[in-house]
Amino acid sequence: MSAHADTHDHEAHEEHHHKETFITKYIFSIDHKMIAKQYLITGTIMGVIGVIMSLMFRMQIAWPEEPNVIFEALLGKWAPGGVMDADIYLALVTIHGTIMVFFVLTAGLSGTFSNLLIPLQIGARDMASGFLNMVSYWLFFLSSVIMLISLFVEAGPAAAGWTIYPPLSAIPMASGGSGMGMTLWLVAMAIFIASSLLGSLNYIVTVINLRTKGMSMTRLPLTIWAFFITAVIGVVSFPVLLSACLLLIMDRSFGTSFFLSDIFIQGEVLHYQGGSPVLFEHLFWFLGHPEVYIVILPAMGLVSEIMATNSRKPIFGYRAMIASILAIAFLSTIVWGHHMFVSGMNPFLGSVFTFTTLLIAIPSAVKAFNWITTIWKGNIQMNPAMLFSIGFVSTFITGGLTGIILGDSALDINVHDTYFVIAHFHLVMGISALYGMFAGIYHWYPKMFGRMLNKNLGYIHFWITAICAYGVFFPMHFIGMAGLPRRYYTNSNFPLFDDLANTNVIITIFALIGGAVQLIYLYNFFSSMFFGKRAVQNPWRATTLEWTTPVKHVHGNWEGEIPHVYRWSYDYSKPGHDVDFVPQNVPLKEGEEELQH
Amino acid sequence: MTALLTILVLVFITIAIWQMVKIFDLAQVGNSNSQIATDKDNSLNGYLMIGFLAFIYIITIWSLVELGDLPLMSNSASAHGPEIDNLMTISMILIFIVQVITQFLLHYFSFKYKGKKGQKALYFADNNTLEFIWTIIPVIVLAGLIIYGLFTWSSIMNVNEDEDPLVVELYAQQFNWKARYAGEDNTLGKANVRLIDIDRANILGVDEADPYAQDDVITTELHLPVGRPVLFKMRSQDVLHSAYMPHFRAQMNCVPGMITQFGFTPTVTTADMRQNPDMIDKVANINTIRAEKSKALIAKGEEALERYDFDYLLLCNKICGKSHYNMQMKIIVETQEEYDAWIKEQKAFKNSLIN
Repeated sequence: MSAHADTHDHEAHEEHHHKETFITKYIFSIDHKMIAKQYLITGTIMGVIGVIMSLMFRMQIAWPEEPNVIFEALLGKWAPGGVMDADIYLALVTIHGTIMVFFVLTAGLSGTFSNLLIPLQIGARDMASGFLNMVSYWLFFLSSVIMLISLFVEAGPAAAGWTIYPPLSAIPMASGGSGMGMTLWLVAMAIFIASSLLGSLNYIVTVINLRTKGMSMTRLPLTIWAFFITAVIGVVSFPVLLSACLLLIMDRSFGTSFFLSDIFIQGEVLHYQGGSPVLFEHLFWFLGHPEVYIVILPAMGLVSEIMATNSRKPIFGYRAMIASILAIAFLSTIVWGHHMFVSGMNPFLGSVFTFTTLLIAIPSAVKAFNWITTIWKGNIQMNPAMLFSIGFVSTFITGGLTGIILGDSALDINVHDTYFVIAHFHLVMGISALYGMFAGIYHWYPKMFGRMLNKNLGYIHFWITAICAYGVFFPMHFIGMAGLPRRYYTNSNFPLFDDLANTNVIITIFALIGGAVQLIYLYNFFSSMFFGKRAVQNPWRATTLEWTTPVKHVHGNWEGEIPHVYRWSYDYSKPGHDVDFVPQNVPLKEGEEELQH
Repeated sequence: MTALLTILVLVFITIAIWQMVKIFDLAQVGNSNSQIATDKDNSLNGYLMIGFLAFIYIITIWSLVELGDLPLMSNSASAHGPEIDNLMTISMILIFIVQVITQFLLHYFSFKYKGKKGQKALYFADNNTLEFIWTIIPVIVLAGLIIYGLFTWSSIMNVNEDEDPLVVELYAQQFNWKARYAGEDNTLGKANVRLIDIDRANILGVDEADPYAQDDVITTELHLPVGRPVLFKMRSQDVLHSAYMPHFRAQMNCVPGMITQFGFTPTVTTADMRQNPDMIDKVANINTIRAEKSKALIAKGEEALERYDFDYLLLCNKICGKSHYNMQMKIIVETQEEYDAWIKEQKAFKNSLIN
């Protein structure tokens, strides 16, 4: 390991002599810290777009078919007279889902923090391949641009739901969005997957090969464990989605019949024969389900780290936390069928998937209890990052519990594809992962930008967001249990659901307030870059290695030698020390024992 | 004009936030203003945690009281419905208990152990007994749920053909439903979308040469005799649809190129369900809401809404295109005699063709 470090040192010094131009420093940068910031800002922009879309379709649900100046201004021809068109409603739902799941919570979250923290926390000068890392970001950027371009095509963007089940997504006659819009969607996703794979391979190689001296796998912070396992899941499952996308492109453009058979539409029989849409569902969810763990595991890692630091306590059950990450990762690849209980697949298969799905509740419960025990008898510093971490555990529990219902095939029959599902996954992976991301941003902002975020704005941001998140998604469980299907442009054709209209209005009002509050965060984020209070080297008094680097970024991370590691990353409030944290690079005192954690 | 308004609003919001920040900064004169939580922040946010716990409980209770009255979840109209509802109730109670306890612990600890100067955290990194307890308890509870769930699932999905179920085809297309009854022989004739002949009104692609097909009956309303098992065979001619019959706790996707199935026994006739006290309340409530809406509509010079009367429905529950939100079919559960009378009036397939 030390030989590695030495050659790397050498390279780093060489690079210091190159003069960095604006382009190599800010645009085609190969420095992981800059790439992390690029991911974050691109993800933020996509997030703003995704949230605005959700607010628009929420307004349509609350006040169906009422003219709205916002629709008229933003949707143009898709909102004649300010009334939202049914096609664009489905397109908004589709693109909102795609953007939030992939572009914000996969690339924006994992891309930002894996890039920022892996080299810094394991004690490496940079990623294993800075060049691949740069390519990964720029592919992500390209795919974002293509996804946004798809919003402006003549027949409308993809409108088959984010799961793009064929035949709806395959036949332009079935939906306006299944023409050019869907082609661009598929191309954007194929490029996105390439980007994600390059990133994941880089993370895996870096964690395995570039740890500094003394940084054994059992001394790694849980953030790194989470990013590492996330990257492994990504490498295993993303290629399957790529193949699904490619086969769908073939069905659409070259007349193959992988997913299509016996179709009669608009007065004509199509030539497709022998394919099955169920095959697509299997391929899609083989990624689609691990994907929710690709989203949530990094958030779990960030939250574990932030909770320990701000409770001034070691994370409780370090080994159990790693074991549960591994268990979740393994189980996540064999539960995809719970999205397909009523797809027409063999009911026996449904039984198997019920079994594996409910098993995943066990490691999840272990994690939740470990977090709660971590704050027990702590000395909790209520920094905004800590508030978001506590909020994360809260929404993760609330949302996770209803998974017991959805994962149970018998119960899923009646709540499948209703608002109950929306409530469940938004709380457990949407809001939770977003909280994890916010927690990470508040915590590592000083590391990224050398300045502090305003904490009071952070408090306002957290508390209003927290109330709105519950206000939006908690009542949704109940309208789902009343049988209201998702992806309905309006419910007014069903008098049966008239008594849910008021609840939908309340939900939308919470959503609008929650969305508006994010402006405070955006203001805080962008203004603090220039006017924020200057950060000290280790503002949160944390133990991990990133806080031993200078505040001002240098290429190669440490000016001198890379620090060596002598202990795990959770020596907070250790008896026998004067201060309540002992950084990882501090050697053991004489007679001090390293905890057999 | 809209653009100008938007810009103005944005400018005002920015000014408002800027002013708020100034107020906060002024309030912190004397403090170090390091943007790191002080004891005062810890204390304030600790209390807010308790407030938030109260908020979670209140929104739970409010939802249960205001929205928890779900006739759709309690008055099932099929033989297997009560099984699902039981399992649902058990799961909900369990979830409710775990939710109340864990949220309490999380928020209470956040409040109780809020940071103070001089307070020292406990160096407590591991405890195998605790880990064991909260691994084994979920294991036991989940084992129970899994076993119960699996028995329920297989009893629902395994259709017993010996009971001589009424065979009905549900046929989905953008954006409506058709039903095809098997007729006196109770065997559906072969069908494929390639056999569709619009000119001859063979809209479902039923094989005209198949002897079983001759007595099939195609309808746009679904009538079911009460107490007799029904076996639905689902087909779709274009994209994925899902036949969702929430009152019967039934749902199955309709997949082009294959036939899927779902069976159940309806137990309550439409007429009886309309007399159910819960349903009477629900319908009365809906009609009050509709009457209010109608007033507003009439004021605008539009037509008033029709009065709502309860009916079972078949809804499409898989995104299927532009009019997905309006793809429904009425289901009428009636006595065997009423059903027999109704089916007799319908045209058999062979007589419905145009030559």
